[in-house]
Amino acid sequence: MEVDAFRRLFPLRFHERHLLESIRPDGRPLGRARDTTIALGAVASANGSALAKIGCTTMLAAVKLEVMTPKAESPDEGCIVIDFHMPPICSPLVRPGRPAEAAPVITKQLTDIILSSGMIDLKELSLVSGKAAWMAYLDIYCLDADGALFDAALLSAVAAFSHLQIPVVSLNDNGRIVLLSEENSGAMWEKEPVNKEKRKLKLDTLPFSLTCVLHKNYILADPSAEEESIMETYLTVVLDSSMQLVSLNKPGGPGLAQTSAIQDCVALTIQRVKELQKILNEAISDMEVD
Amino acid sequence: MEAKREDGRSATQMRPLSCTRSILNRAHGSASFSQGETKILAAVYGPKAGTKKNENPEKACIEVIWKPKSGQIGKVEKEYEMILKRTLQNICILNVHPNTTTSIIIQVVNDDGSLLPCAINAACSALVDAGIPLKYLAVAISCCLSEDEYCVLDPNKLEERNMKALVYLVFRNSILSVLDEESVEVGESIENGIITSVTHGVMSVNNYFQCLEQGRAAIKPLSDFLRKKLRSKVQNDVSVAG
Repeated sequence: MEVDAFRRLFPLRFHERHLLESIRPDGRPLGRARDTTIALGAVASANGSALAKIGCTTMLAAVKLEVMTPKAESPDEGCIVIDFHMPPICSPLVRPGRPAEAAPVITKQLTDIILSSGMIDLKELSLVSGKAAWMAYLDIYCLDADGALFDAALLSAVAAFSHLQIPVVSLNDNGRIVLLSEENSGAMWEKEPVNKEKRKLKLDTLPFSLTCVLHKNYILADPSAEEESIMETYLTVVLDSSMQLVSLNKPGGPGLAQTSAIQDCVALTIQRVKELQKILNEAISDMEVD
Repeated sequence: MEAKREDGRSATQMRPLSCTRSILNRAHGSASFSQGETKILAAVYGPKAGTKKNENPEKACIEVIWKPKSGQIGKVEKEYEMILKRTLQNICILNVHPNTTTSIIIQVVNDDGSLLPCAINAACSALVDAGIPLKYLAVAISCCLSEDEYCVLDPNKLEERNMKALVYLVFRNSILSVLDEESVEVGESIENGIITSVTHGVMSVNNYFQCLEQGRAAIKPLSDFLRKKLRSKVQNDVSVAG
């Protein structure tokens, strides 16, 4: 039988035959993630943006800042609103007009992780205590969904926040916040900007994640969409740069995860975190050279 | 060192459990499950003919509908639905009724912490009540990690809010062995793997495994409780028939 026909008719046997040889259909060894690239500043109109690619999975993330009045219970804190979109362009499974089931779940998980990891100190987003603070809208668009969506979304989110440039603002005579545009800044300087020092968001420990598919005794790092649909048990580990566990998410699925498998996944994630950190640092330093 | 808890429980003590089967008349299977003040009502309808779009028609399809206590369904509920669906896919034998859909409706009656584990326990009891073929029971438990890295089981809402990290774990039920205690120890290599794990908050990897062990130790009393509650009806039926 032709290989392509075999792949379509008996997908599980096709993959298991590969696994026996410790290789995957795309030529990767089991524990290796796909090639990952980050391009910072992909959206010119946003305050911070990034395009992250893991293999074919592509995510575009952009952060926009708006001035808001902080809530009474937290007068010196800003606010972050995260939204993950899966337009019909990303996958044949998403139909126009009907929102993808996965999108709100990933939005919720991203919000949980970005807020609970302590990556961003919300106090950093404060401008005038009790009067004004930044509201950061993070929108992530999935352009191509080829597996490991959460990993790519988190990577693009972290990259967009590290690219974020906070605009200079000042208080006008009425006590309202106004943007100081770049051109006439010389004339406006006497208004003294509120946040002259705080142009870059201080990021603490960055969270990075790795999704692994568990199938029998095999652990496949960074699955493609095909692998995810055939071997349905997956586990996502999120670690921060100091290797603390931010999240370990295994939402059901046909297989069970033994303790040893979880330990192996954590070990793979530790490697991956170092890799991703290097890729992100390179992207940032490339940006600064330009 | 023993952690002090507001309600006077010990660290590994669960709140009082209760489980009632067949409380809804029209549903094919139903159950209410409560852990302390947290209470969930679950109903099962099906198997109904046909599967939904994008589902494999060679297998039975499971649909979970989460109804919050009040208000609209949001992202949190969507995530719960997804986790519940995938957890139940694990315990159901999906090949018996191919091309059918089984709906599980979860109604939150009261939320006082450990909501998702309670819902999983309720859904599992309702599936048993409906007579849906299962491989084993799912036993769900929640574990909290306090600031001084002490592990606490089955937290209530106040404890959940004040804790450093939170872990929801789902295991399959412990095996009831006819062998005596000593021979069970030999067979302990059959380790109980996790079906579902959800965590909130930052902790060290070792703390996670500590929670895992704590949770694993708690599944035996919980699965004994479920087994007792779910078996009683069958016996009653037999006595009526006899």
